Amino acid sequence: MTRTLLLTSTLLAGLATAGQADTLRLLTWGGYAPDDVVEMFEEQTGHTVEVTKSNNEEMIAKLRATGGGGFDLAQPSQDRIMGPQQEFGIYKPMDVSKLNKDLFIPSMLQATMKNTTVDGEVYGVPHVWGTSGLVMNTAEAGDVVKDYDDLCDPAVAGKVSYRLKRPTLIGFAFAMGEDPFAAYDDEEKYKEIMEKVEAKLIECKANVKTYWGGGDELMNLVRSGEVTAAMAWDTGGWKLNDDNSDITFVAPESGALGWIDTFVLPAKGQADDVAYAWINFVMQPEIAAKITAAAGNFTASAGADQYAEDSLKAKYQASFPQEAIDNIKWYPPVPAGLEAIEGSVLDRVQAAQ
Amino acid sequence: MTPDLDCLDLTRRFGDHTAVDHVNFSVAPGTFFSILGPSGCGKTTIMRMIAGFLEPSSGDIRIRGASVLDTPPNKRPVNMVFQHLALFPMMSIAENIGYGLRRRGMAKAEIARKVDEALERIGLPGIGNRKVTELSGGQKQRVAIARCMVLEPDVLLLDEPLGALDLKLREHMKVELKALQAAFDTTFVYITHDQSEALVMSDQIAVMNNGRFEQVGTGQDLYYRPETPFVAGFIGEANRWRGRVERTEGDELRLRTESGLEMRGAAHGRALQAGDRVEVFVRPESIRIAGDAAALAGFDNVLEGAVSNILFNGAASRALVTDDAGEEIEVTLPQSGEFSDLKRGDRVHVGWSGAQGNAFAVTA
Amino acid sequence: MSSANRIGFVLLLTPLVLWLGLLIIIPHIDMFLVSIRERVGRGVYETSAAQYLTFINEPLYIWTFVRTAVMSVLATALTLLIAFPVSYYIAKMARGRLQQVLFMLCLIPFYVSELVRTFGWMILLRETGLVSNLLQWAGLADQPVEMLYNDAAIMIGLVYTSMLFMVVPLVTTLESLDDSVVEAGYDLGGNGLSVLREIVIPHAMPGIVAGCIVVFMLSLGNYLTPTMLGGKDSLWFTEMIYNQFIVRFNWELGAAFGFMLLLLSSLIVWGVLKLTGRTLQETLG
Repeated sequence: MTRTLLLTSTLLAGLATAGQADTLRLLTWGGYAPDDVVEMFEEQTGHTVEVTKSNNEEMIAKLRATGGGGFDLAQPSQDRIMGPQQEFGIYKPMDVSKLNKDLFIPSMLQATMKNTTVDGEVYGVPHVWGTSGLVMNTAEAGDVVKDYDDLCDPAVAGKVSYRLKRPTLIGFAFAMGEDPFAAYDDEEKYKEIMEKVEAKLIECKANVKTYWGGGDELMNLVRSGEVTAAMAWDTGGWKLNDDNSDITFVAPESGALGWIDTFVLPAKGQADDVAYAWINFVMQPEIAAKITAAAGNFTASAGADQYAEDSLKAKYQASFPQEAIDNIKWYPPVPAGLEAIEGSVLDRVQAAQ
Repeated sequence: MTPDLDCLDLTRRFGDHTAVDHVNFSVAPGTFFSILGPSGCGKTTIMRMIAGFLEPSSGDIRIRGASVLDTPPNKRPVNMVFQHLALFPMMSIAENIGYGLRRRGMAKAEIARKVDEALERIGLPGIGNRKVTELSGGQKQRVAIARCMVLEPDVLLLDEPLGALDLKLREHMKVELKALQAAFDTTFVYITHDQSEALVMSDQIAVMNNGRFEQVGTGQDLYYRPETPFVAGFIGEANRWRGRVERTEGDELRLRTESGLEMRGAAHGRALQAGDRVEVFVRPESIRIAGDAAALAGFDNVLEGAVSNILFNGAASRALVTDDAGEEIEVTLPQSGEFSDLKRGDRVHVGWSGAQGNAFAVTA
Repeated sequence: MSSANRIGFVLLLTPLVLWLGLLIIIPHIDMFLVSIRERVGRGVYETSAAQYLTFINEPLYIWTFVRTAVMSVLATALTLLIAFPVSYYIAKMARGRLQQVLFMLCLIPFYVSELVRTFGWMILLRETGLVSNLLQWAGLADQPVEMLYNDAAIMIGLVYTSMLFMVVPLVTTLESLDDSVVEAGYDLGGNGLSVLREIVIPHAMPGIVAGCIVVFMLSLGNYLTPTMLGGKDSLWFTEMIYNQFIVRFNWELGAAFGFMLLLLSSLIVWGVLKLTGRTLQETLG
């Protein structure tokens, strides 16, 4: 008995010091860690990867609940790093020297690092990016809906949908000629903009069929024809385009909203080296192309474009002429406290009769 | 006088099985009428048809001369005391008894008065506020009857209500039920498989077997003058032999049993010829037992044998006597104490008169 | 008590204490502590009743709170109305195999997750769904009918989800009702309605109360069904709690909401027990 115990503990100790095979607990979005990529990584490195799928808010909530524990690598959007870090301290600084910077598109890497710097430390590097804008049946709503606020046009009454979430507030603000991002640091100004948006959304409420909650729900609504125009992610539109060529993603006139999902290290992550290895692995152009195929969005990997599917590239180009690309509004970091303003606006919109 | 209850050609089939087979009877007002039979004979089916829970396949049921076939159970002027009494456990005793009156829309004060009266009548005054579970078996019994009697039904049906009681209480309740019936002066139709209940309480008893009435009569009729072999065997105890008629002398018969025993019997008016196959029933209590043959000189059937067993049961003690030919006869011991020291192996003589040998033709 | 007995007793008690302590009492205390603090600066908190005041002073929160309670009570009543005849049939009229099959039918929807069940209803009720198409095919409607995204759809979903939890206690209590008691009810002059009111329902009362409590709690605490089937105005209180915790990062208000919900459900259960003159002990035992 004692010998077995001794033996076991020696073995365990040996394993721990060797540190050869570790587990990477990855908190990410659906499609960002496809099975074939995970398999390849495990084969090459001997590590194992446990994938947990989530979304921005739940990622932060999970990390907040554990003080940044339970996961070794997470992928929130770049605008949701600075605020939660300042408020809850759930991330740890990233050692960018451990990453192969050549794998990243330089401008995107620079922008993300800048946006995720807190007290001089870099917390995030970019992974997948995309936009949200309008998904619509161009044959039915194409002539009417050019921008977010056109969703309130009586011509499409009862046939539009959007989420009751902050991207909607931002999108409507831009469509109404405001610049909410510029007002991020001016609470009074931001409130003023949000009040205008609130009035518009309340007025628009009758036009909306339903506020969609999940991506699948929206896809069903548009696919079945119950909804002809909606505010949604670009990939959703491109996926529906495969079934019905009239349906696609359209960048609104005021500009699509651009987001970048990042890599961050949770404060109590226990496998940082594996996390860096994973980042370097998935940013290789061929691997990044596989992720693009699975998630439907492009990555910040330099040179992955040439491996991406032609059909996806074609859809992208159709949705984004050059001026639309230039017009993308990238989310700046959200200062802490804005959620409270937005929250009460959303509450009042929902409560309005 | 119009009978309280008339059943005319009452028949009920369940699929291929005929549970009640063209039964006719009528019950005069104020009668305690029992239907006695083994379980599965159809007596419960009759009762449920009278109560209205089952529809007859054919025939008619009349109460005070009027057919009730089209009357639903809740409108029939009959009430039923169920086998397990079926008191409403969610109500107090007073609410139980008042239930039917409330259904009739009687005023509250009136109901309270009637309930008190009924409780008085069954000898349980002042228990109105108790719960059903607080009562003893006999008290529940009385409440169940009172619950029906406040409605003053033309006929009260009782479905083996004493079945669940222990023996002592059952004996006591037999007397009490009879007394209650007299007190309420209502027609009771009582079904049971227990002949002692039927014999003790009833004015009229119908013995039922296989969906038919075998015989309807008073207890004495059934006991002393059974009309069918089933009744002869079912009511009271009997020694029975199968045999053949050798000779007839008016009502008197000379018989030989299958085991070769010769005996005298009586046809009691039934047409029997020499050569007919018969079944003979002799009650143990009509057989006399004696130490020597001389004491039995007056009997035309006399046998000698040895006591093979004593069945001691107080007043109803019996001896089994095996004669020299190996025939076993059950004999009731007299209560004079004369045979109190009788034991197995004692030689005895037994005898009975030919008139006690009730012979029936065997049809099958 | 011998020492062996005492060890056995401790062993027996340990899982209960752990379960109560770790999973029920400590989280609730923690939640309560979160609910009575207020964020005054970045990472700085003070004890205050601000969250509860926010709740009381915001008509939307109160409205959603009341709405959720009323809808849950309504869902419970509807479930009872539908489940009672079903249970009566299963317990008293169906026999043998049919009885088992019917009971199984009530159970089968629970073989799949709530999400799948709710999606099932969405497929049926949506504008391009089965019911709408059937109505058009039968000529009862000349254009697609939208039956989703409203309170009626929530009601359907809630009742459907709750049925089993009402049917099980009802069948159990109704089965224990002696047939002859019902017959006696008729025999003594009662009609269907009065027998139901005076005999069947009083007898089934423990099952009714138990079923109602469970169904009410399930409806009140349901999240998926109201959010998925509900429409633009269909707010549900659990959705608010989720929003505060997850979307707004406002754990303090979320915890206060959670406590209000706990208070509400306890109050209503207590009220129902008082009203029916039962104790929790009787109902659960």
